[in-house]
Amino acid sequence: MYQWDGTLSPSEFDISVADLCERWREVGTSLPQWVWLPDRALGALSCNVAAGYLAIENIYHQNASEEGSFEESISRDEEPFDEATLVPSNKNDMHIYDYHILYSFTFRVPVLYFRGYQSDGCPLKLVDIEKDLPAYSLKLLRESKWAFITQEDHPYLHRPWYTLHPCGTGDWMKFLLCSDAPNKIPPLHGYLSAWLSVIGQVVGLRIPIGLFKSV
Amino acid sequence: MELCSEEAMKYVWEGAIPLQIHLHESDVTTLPPPPPALVLGPRIGYLPLLVPIIKPYFSGALPPGEDTVWFDYKGLPLKWYVPLGVLFDLLCAEPERPWNLTVHFRGYPGEVLTPCEGEETVKWSYINSLKEAAYVINGNSKSIMNMPQADQFDLWQSLIKGDMDGYHRISSRLKLGPVGEDCILNRASSMQSRQATDEPEIVGSNRPSRLPVRLYVRNVDQDLEYLEDVQTLDNWDSVSYINRAIEFHKEGGNYMTLKHAMRNILREIFSEEASTNANELDGTEEADSAYRDLETTSMKNDLVEESTFGRQGPNKGTLVRIQGIEPDLDIPFAWVVNNLKNPDYFLHICVYVGTSSKAKAK
Repeated sequence: MYQWDGTLSPSEFDISVADLCERWREVGTSLPQWVWLPDRALGALSCNVAAGYLAIENIYHQNASEEGSFEESISRDEEPFDEATLVPSNKNDMHIYDYHILYSFTFRVPVLYFRGYQSDGCPLKLVDIEKDLPAYSLKLLRESKWAFITQEDHPYLHRPWYTLHPCGTGDWMKFLLCSDAPNKIPPLHGYLSAWLSVIGQVVGLRIPIGLFKSV
Repeated sequence: MELCSEEAMKYVWEGAIPLQIHLHESDVTTLPPPPPALVLGPRIGYLPLLVPIIKPYFSGALPPGEDTVWFDYKGLPLKWYVPLGVLFDLLCAEPERPWNLTVHFRGYPGEVLTPCEGEETVKWSYINSLKEAAYVINGNSKSIMNMPQADQFDLWQSLIKGDMDGYHRISSRLKLGPVGEDCILNRASSMQSRQATDEPEIVGSNRPSRLPVRLYVRNVDQDLEYLEDVQTLDNWDSVSYINRAIEFHKEGGNYMTLKHAMRNILREIFSEEASTNANELDGTEEADSAYRDLETTSMKNDLVEESTFGRQGPNKGTLVRIQGIEPDLDIPFAWVVNNLKNPDYFLHICVYVGTSSKAKAK
């Protein structure tokens, strides 16, 4: 009897990227679309499956200190919903985020890299980013041994970005996608959507309802 | 065939780069400025670990305040988590001895370098690499995560002291190799765990053996015959950092060679059809002699071995450098991994891609 280990191959990642982009388009959100940026450095010299990153940038995040912030009003039972249509009342308090999804060839799972900025372009430190995160996310980051934010060189941009370490991803993806059928390998095209619907919550990226549909 | 060579591993552990460290002018508060410090930097070590040795040379000249130490080579801030030997092999196309570096105690370039607070940060980074290597080899990082604190401490101390025997005494319990000739990796096997816990077999463990590799590729766009003319690297954007797991298998009954492994990742550069080596090696007998030559003549830092390279078409050539040497690409990959890997169990490979090869008939 075989069990799936929660990981996916480079070509499965590529398929899932296309699937995520399509679902994101279909589900209808005023957040920007994801854009795939291939690794140009080596170009034709390298094996380019899964070489590159999926990017969504310039996401405005209302500062948690703003009155009437929706972060506090979301109850844990509700699905996170998209309020990117809100017009910010004070632009100076806005934090802006970029999110990149890369493939880890060693862990065979996706990895999220992200950066935050003030409206004047000044990069945010981790303490500032943590203030933007919902309370349940902070709790998870403090208590879980697999979920932690570190600063690493972005593998393609060669500069420090924040990232969620990928080491536990296989385990919780296995749980997420096959807890009801542990001896089957689930269809993997929906892997990224499922993964993002969890990871997005940890870093405060608001995921549209309906992105993760059970397959 | 002997795939583990203690002699070769000793050369790697004892390899060092002579460094001439200059204090950056903006940090100098005395007249005359202090002379540079001459330090021997272990290849398998990391730059921040040298700070306690370097600082005494300059402490009299430093401005008051807190130190945030970083290094640069000709203006390029150096990534502290890359082993020193790899930085040297990558940044000095033509080896420069001593290697002239500049040390800064202020003005840490946080936009370009991840933060480093000294030995603890380096140790944390090293343990993370070890966990990643274990994940690649065994499908999980358990053997590292379950290491007793005392073992972790001893392992780290052995690394910074260059104590190879001490290191191997502890690391052998981690079940991370070595690689055998039938592609069997001496690793934590699913067989053992199944007998213990009756767990169903995990799909991952049926995959072929995987070996952790880090490639640093520089596209220099010039003739590799004249290394001294290769331009200084002024930007990390010109280096492709490739972190991979290479699947290890036999190639039609023969040993998998270094070239096969490189082809996994850099397909076009190392393709079989493109190779025009005068002394293309076939079979194991010649492979034997190739790495015997390697052991006896090429393990010293001041010797750059001339060897043949893969050649792609009329325009591209490559230089592959591992632990300061340029190995014959037909050497069994298992030998290269077992003997030339770093203490973090990654094989770090520097690759220059240029416009023509430096092929030389032996």
